[in-house]
Amino acid sequence: MTAPSPDRKTAGGGLKVRGLTTTFATPRGPAAVVDGINLDVAPGEIVGLVGESGSGKSITLRSIVRLVREPGKVSGQVEWQGRDLMAMSEADLRKVRGAEIAMIFQEPMTALNPVLPVRLQIEENLSAHSTLDRRARRQRALELMNIVGIPAAERRLDEYPHQFSGGMRQRVMIAIALASSPKLLLADEPTTALDVTIQDQILKLILDLRDRFGMSVVFVTHDLGVVAATCDRMAVMYAGRIVETGTVTRVFAEPHHPYTRGLLGSVPRIGAERSMLLSIEGTPPGLTDLPDGCAFHPRCSFATDRCRAERPPLESFAAGREVACFHHRTVAAMAEAA
Amino acid sequence: MPLLGFIFRRVLQTIPTIAFILVVTFILVRLLPGDPASAMLGDRAIDADVQRINAKLGLDQPIPVQFLYFTKAVFTGDLGNSIGLKLPVIELIAHRLPVTLMLTGMAALIALLVAVPLSFVAALNRGGAPDAIIRGTFQIGLSMPVFYVGLVLLTVFAAKLRWFPVGGYGQNFLDDLYHLFLPATTLALSLSAVLMRNLRAAIIGVVGADYVDFARAKGLRARVIMTRHVLRNALISTVTLFGLSIGTLLGGAVITETVFAIPGAGRLMIEAIYGRDYPVIQGLTIALALLVSFTFLLTDIVQAWLDPRVAR
Repeated sequence: MTAPSPDRKTAGGGLKVRGLTTTFATPRGPAAVVDGINLDVAPGEIVGLVGESGSGKSITLRSIVRLVREPGKVSGQVEWQGRDLMAMSEADLRKVRGAEIAMIFQEPMTALNPVLPVRLQIEENLSAHSTLDRRARRQRALELMNIVGIPAAERRLDEYPHQFSGGMRQRVMIAIALASSPKLLLADEPTTALDVTIQDQILKLILDLRDRFGMSVVFVTHDLGVVAATCDRMAVMYAGRIVETGTVTRVFAEPHHPYTRGLLGSVPRIGAERSMLLSIEGTPPGLTDLPDGCAFHPRCSFATDRCRAERPPLESFAAGREVACFHHRTVAAMAEAA
Repeated sequence: MPLLGFIFRRVLQTIPTIAFILVVTFILVRLLPGDPASAMLGDRAIDADVQRINAKLGLDQPIPVQFLYFTKAVFTGDLGNSIGLKLPVIELIAHRLPVTLMLTGMAALIALLVAVPLSFVAALNRGGAPDAIIRGTFQIGLSMPVFYVGLVLLTVFAAKLRWFPVGGYGQNFLDDLYHLFLPATTLALSLSAVLMRNLRAAIIGVVGADYVDFARAKGLRARVIMTRHVLRNALISTVTLFGLSIGTLLGGAVITETVFAIPGAGRLMIEAIYGRDYPVIQGLTIALALLVSFTFLLTDIVQAWLDPRVAR
């Protein structure tokens, strides 16, 4: 391993995303899938990025390390340990990807190459980012398999992805992501494709790794239960924008955006009085024909004429809390009353 | 190793194939009009002579017994003597088949060397000018018959420009390669067009796969991603097509060898057919059929090696 450069500790440790925008050219004009996202992740922090399917969570994650495919265009600023990833050359960025910032995908079945043994898929990360020789790489691969809790690791190293179960495949993917001891893990719905029991094991594993290695995590999910169990802070996304942020405790206790309130209302809670689960009326808008004003207004019971004409900016209303809603005080008051 | 088990099972499977080849060849030869004795003796054969030769060749025995003799003869390399050339068929094949193998091998190599890089260029510039030019050119190549392409290449590069010999075969290995270049290119043209169509589509499919994105997220070099992750997966279907095409290529060699006057097995076959030289036809048929089934065996092994899910 190369020694960390001296400026790494001094320059602002974590991830600072400003105005991240990703647009796709469509036959009906450009669509901003990610629209001016700001996001901060401190060292050792787990931030949940929550929203419905199609809200732009996954693209946000990919945009951070410029992994968006053509014809997607990414702009904005992504400051990582004092360097702007957006302004970096492809060669420099390659040294960050997989080494300092690692990523895991939703589908462990399709994200692992079916024709290569898992050993090679772990080791190729080490070949790209370290000077370890063959033996040392193999040793490290074995160590990683043990860290993520794959039984009989020695024997399984030479097996292929199809010989692993779904949960074990996700562990392999995490082992690959951890290979070069990243400082930041971008996790794109890593438990969605798994059984609930396996899901729990994987979440515990990620938490444990954060504690052991001081890794930051951006956790993309649509599952609020997962957020409650793992994240420190959360950002709620709707139609490509962040509509509410705050610590998980505060947001769960006092949602200020009608959309967040709706999301929370659709989760059954143990211990709470049995009541009808709320669902949010309507469907998320298409990104090529976003409504004027607040994108959520057609589904919102609090909407007024102002919401239909003017887009509410994301503004801080308390320490560490932001919301993009003109009526957030009313929403919060309603939540308390309920 | 599951691969070794797969190879063993696959080799066992070729036994019935070989048996089938022998039965079909045996029956075909017996279905041909006329009999070998009359062919050897000519019009003025007397019954006694015919019977003597039939007895000598074992043709007076019951058919199943004849088949056993035939099988034994094939396995001991005794394919009889050529009627026209008065030489053992096995010697003729041993002399001529390597030429065809070299021509086919060279054509296959040229086709791969052309198709693989061009497929990449076309696939990665999908819908762009390079894609259109490459696909358009090969579409034309694909739609022209082998003998015509051969004649055009001969006229331009051999007769007009005199870069290559008009025909024939060389004196040593390098000279052989030089002589075979134009005919091999002729054969390679349509094959590379077929391979390119397939490989281009396969690459387009694989490039969009999640594991390619994951490989990029690992920070791998573009070259590593393209060879290890994209090409290897894209080749799986192309390898099968390539193997199957070798059979066609051997058939194509018959025509090419005639156009370029190359003394290979294809030409021998044509000569044998014109001369009603049954032992040669029979021997060549068996040799070519075995060659093709061996190619298929090899194809399956390569495919299993590329894709471990096959060898399960």
